Amino acid sequence: MSTVVWALVVLGSLGLVFGVLLAVAGKIFAVEKDPKEAAVRAAVAGANCGACGYPGCDGYAAAVIRGEAPVNSCVPGGQAAAEKIASIMGVEAGGSERYVAFVRCSGTAGHTKEKFSYEGPSSCLAASRLGGGSGANVCTAGCMGFGDCVAACQFDAMHIVDGIAKVNRKKCVGCMKCAEACPKKLITKVPYGATDIVACNSTEKGAAVRKFCDFGCIGCGLCKKECPVDAITVENNLAVIDQSKCIHCGHCSDICPRHIIRDKR
Amino acid sequence: MLTSLISISLGAILINNFIFSQFLGCCPFLGCSNKMSTATGMSVAVIFVMTLASAMCWIVNQYLLVPLKLDFMQTVAYILVIAVLVQFVEMFLKKSIPSLYSAMGIYLPLITTNCAVLGVVLLNTEKSYNFLESTVYGCTGGIGFALAIILFASVRERLEFADYPKAFAGFSICLVSASLFALAFMGFSGLKIF
Repeated sequence: MSTVVWALVVLGSLGLVFGVLLAVAGKIFAVEKDPKEAAVRAAVAGANCGACGYPGCDGYAAAVIRGEAPVNSCVPGGQAAAEKIASIMGVEAGGSERYVAFVRCSGTAGHTKEKFSYEGPSSCLAASRLGGGSGANVCTAGCMGFGDCVAACQFDAMHIVDGIAKVNRKKCVGCMKCAEACPKKLITKVPYGATDIVACNSTEKGAAVRKFCDFGCIGCGLCKKECPVDAITVENNLAVIDQSKCIHCGHCSDICPRHIIRDKR
Repeated sequence: MLTSLISISLGAILINNFIFSQFLGCCPFLGCSNKMSTATGMSVAVIFVMTLASAMCWIVNQYLLVPLKLDFMQTVAYILVIAVLVQFVEMFLKKSIPSLYSAMGIYLPLITTNCAVLGVVLLNTEKSYNFLESTVYGCTGGIGFALAIILFASVRERLEFADYPKAFAGFSICLVSASLFALAFMGFSGLKIF
């Protein structure tokens, strides 16, 4: 009998002590949460895309409250979310420039050479592990068109057209999930209004590019000479246009012998 | 002393691996091994909780249950201790070390009710380990769990691209590969160093 009583007493008091301990600890270690944080969290788009640079929407909301993050960093939420957050925080929203994804490849089906016929999982990641890292393509930099980016896109903005990935700018929110999924790191962030972008990622020499792709950048540098604002650099046989300097005059796209700036094929 | 600790560690990690030999903690093992990142998060939390639980439960057993001859209440008392411990640690981390708290995230409260954690403290009592041995057994048991789940996560990431019969898709192929893993770990069962 005494055993039962002891068991009751010991476990009961153990439970009581622990209960009190937790109650006290709950008071001591209470973390005050700013009610504003919940409001900011409600105002953002909630895609948990990470385009703002913080771990998820909760992370961004916490960073805004701490004053570390600007109020207009929510890319999917755009201007509407920026204004809401700004009104919660009591600051001006400022312009939230819209960015979209861009696939730097022009090698559509039939215009690129293949090394072999690829029969395997329909995945860029899997194909990129084979045959020198380009699937069946000769070009090691180009889009393989299996659509890992399409699968990654939560906004139906990415599609495979003519064997390469293409971004629908109207739908793209610039979360760059596609860029993470792309094993070729082909996809970059460009301003929504950007028109002049070199749609190629190959750093091969011009002569080699000509052999395997009808459209790849050959690094001739004509665009660089033509550019009135020095926005273009040619490095490793690849022209790159600095979008912050570009004035959208279109001279480079007129001169490009490969017609891959402003897609003039 | 040192040799016994080493043999305990080796036993917990390889020979009597918690997942593959004792079949404890299979739920998070299958549930959290989709991706390497979740697997590592879970492993860290498991190592942490198993170490702490072993130490705390040894104290409760030694100074409360044994003197009062309440050994038969061990399971109940241990569950209570583990639950409170995890709750307390979570509060403490949230306030004091927020970075560690966010690193462990959801996994810390998730494993409160895990059988691997209860299993390790009950095994400690069964094998009548002392305080140091219990703690080492808890920690290395957690490391064994981490080894298993991380290995398995890497296999599952490869499985995504594997060409297996459609009927096996999803959970079946996981269980099949997990059992192959367990078979492979049986190879350690003959291992004896001391």
